[in-house]
Amino acid sequence: MKILVCISHVPDTTSKINFSEGDTKFDTAGVQFVINPNDEFGLTRAMWFKEKQGATVDVVNVGGTETEPTLRKALAIGADTAIRVNTPATDGIFVAKQIAKVAQDGGYDLIIAGRESIDYNGGMVPGMVAGLIGANFINTCIGLEVEGNEATAVREIDGGKETLKASLPLVVGAQKGIVQESDLKIPNMRGIMQARKKPLNVVEPVEAGKHSEAVKFEKPQPKGDIKLIDPDNLDKLVDLLHNEAKVI
Amino acid sequence: MSVLVYTESEEGKFKKTAFEVASYAKGVADMLGTEVTAVSFNAQSAGDLGKYGVSKLLKVNDSKLEKFNAKAYADAIKQAADKEGSKVIVLSQSANAKYLAPLLAVQLEAGYASNVVALPEGTEPLEVKRTAFTNKAFSFTKLSTDVKIIGLSKNAFGLKESQAETTEEDFSPSLSEGDFSIEVVSVDKAADKVTIADAEIVVSGGRGLKGPENWGMLEELAETLGAATACSKPVSDMGWRPHSEHVGQTGKPVAANLYIAVGISGAIQHLAGVSASKTKVVINNDPEAPFFKAADYGVVGDAFEIVPKLTEKLKEFKANNS
Repeated sequence: MKILVCISHVPDTTSKINFSEGDTKFDTAGVQFVINPNDEFGLTRAMWFKEKQGATVDVVNVGGTETEPTLRKALAIGADTAIRVNTPATDGIFVAKQIAKVAQDGGYDLIIAGRESIDYNGGMVPGMVAGLIGANFINTCIGLEVEGNEATAVREIDGGKETLKASLPLVVGAQKGIVQESDLKIPNMRGIMQARKKPLNVVEPVEAGKHSEAVKFEKPQPKGDIKLIDPDNLDKLVDLLHNEAKVI
Repeated sequence: MSVLVYTESEEGKFKKTAFEVASYAKGVADMLGTEVTAVSFNAQSAGDLGKYGVSKLLKVNDSKLEKFNAKAYADAIKQAADKEGSKVIVLSQSANAKYLAPLLAVQLEAGYASNVVALPEGTEPLEVKRTAFTNKAFSFTKLSTDVKIIGLSKNAFGLKESQAETTEEDFSPSLSEGDFSIEVVSVDKAADKVTIADAEIVVSGGRGLKGPENWGMLEELAETLGAATACSKPVSDMGWRPHSEHVGQTGKPVAANLYIAVGISGAIQHLAGVSASKTKVVINNDPEAPFFKAADYGVVGDAFEIVPKLTEKLKEFKANNS
């Protein structure tokens, strides 16, 4: 089985978010970049298929040279080959078209991407890739097994889950639950050393238009002062929730 | 040319989010000088849709579509959009709507903006305000395509009444075998539990509760309020509560009317994930906990004393106000 895992290069979850150039650009100064957490859950599941079922695992990112340390980390975790599509990631459809091309050229059976990136939260690339290449698609995936040409997946739905069967090729939108947090691997020294020697292939983008553009950013208004309620006067809290906030 | 809205139903009845997306679609239709057409799957009748401005309902009734199927639903909505000549399609951000939206976008070659929180800033070109960086920021996004899809965040717009006469029309899209290439083997859904996605009120617990055995009091508080229960990341990582209850940046987002955080210090990732909630209450014994800077109301003290007392007070309140 050939697996392709899509890797977004995103600010660490602890990052403070700031903007520059008149609030039109994300300010990367002082920001630590990591593998998008949803992608990392998917990559870790791919590693399981590699160890147990002899799958090969390639990773792909659409971005400039600045994303290479993130791809090297994916290699250190255990991916075989990294592919970087050499262009800035502009919008969802543009990125999806780049990945669709890589997916088709490589003849992958299973494509795993996080259900959304934690930066722009578009939540569209995995589904678009599936739509573009005509593969099956399962989103918010919290369990995945593959036997021969058939996958059994568990999808998280609002208030529960459902079990689905689909033939390969398949695109999966991964999230926490496809593996547990404790299954995530911190690359060891040997992995890091090996990753330096693994291939990181740079390919040029295909021509593709974009459908959307983030023209400006804004930070939420700071919260007003909190009202503190004496623990011995909880009637006051009930009163505020009813009469002031009007939520009960 | 009408604005098309996908109105979700369950067991034949429209969900509350269906009325919210309908209200929003009406707002967009007013800006564009057109009307709202809804598309539903196996809904019995238009019900209250007219109250929220829907002029026409396309009813898809097909036993093959009883269980949600992203590909087939997307195909049907695409055909509805073609039939109506719709240039704007509005849908919710439920798990199902988020699943089908990118498939629909590819079929219609449409631009898609997810997590939208307000009516468009302008329509030529269409510009929407959406959350990004998991609620740490807003992004103003322009869609440049002929057809546009707007995914409206839950609770961002609310219900707005605008009476219309709804004409109902049966609609039978032509679906192919390929639309049913994914088989639903089983659906496992707790019928009696309020879900985080649908809940108006969410009661959430953190490490301060010391262990899974102490969740009884939170569940009682939640039951009193008709609320869903949730938890912080460490609590789900330690296996005290199921992952499906983890809310925050890498868990589920919460956009409730009221979010009550008990024994949760308020890590930046957690606060980001719940910040779309309208009113936040924090109960914590550490007055320095960061959550106190992000909440509307706070109680400093021992959760094990406060939560049962608060539950009692709320029961009294409910008894006097029902």
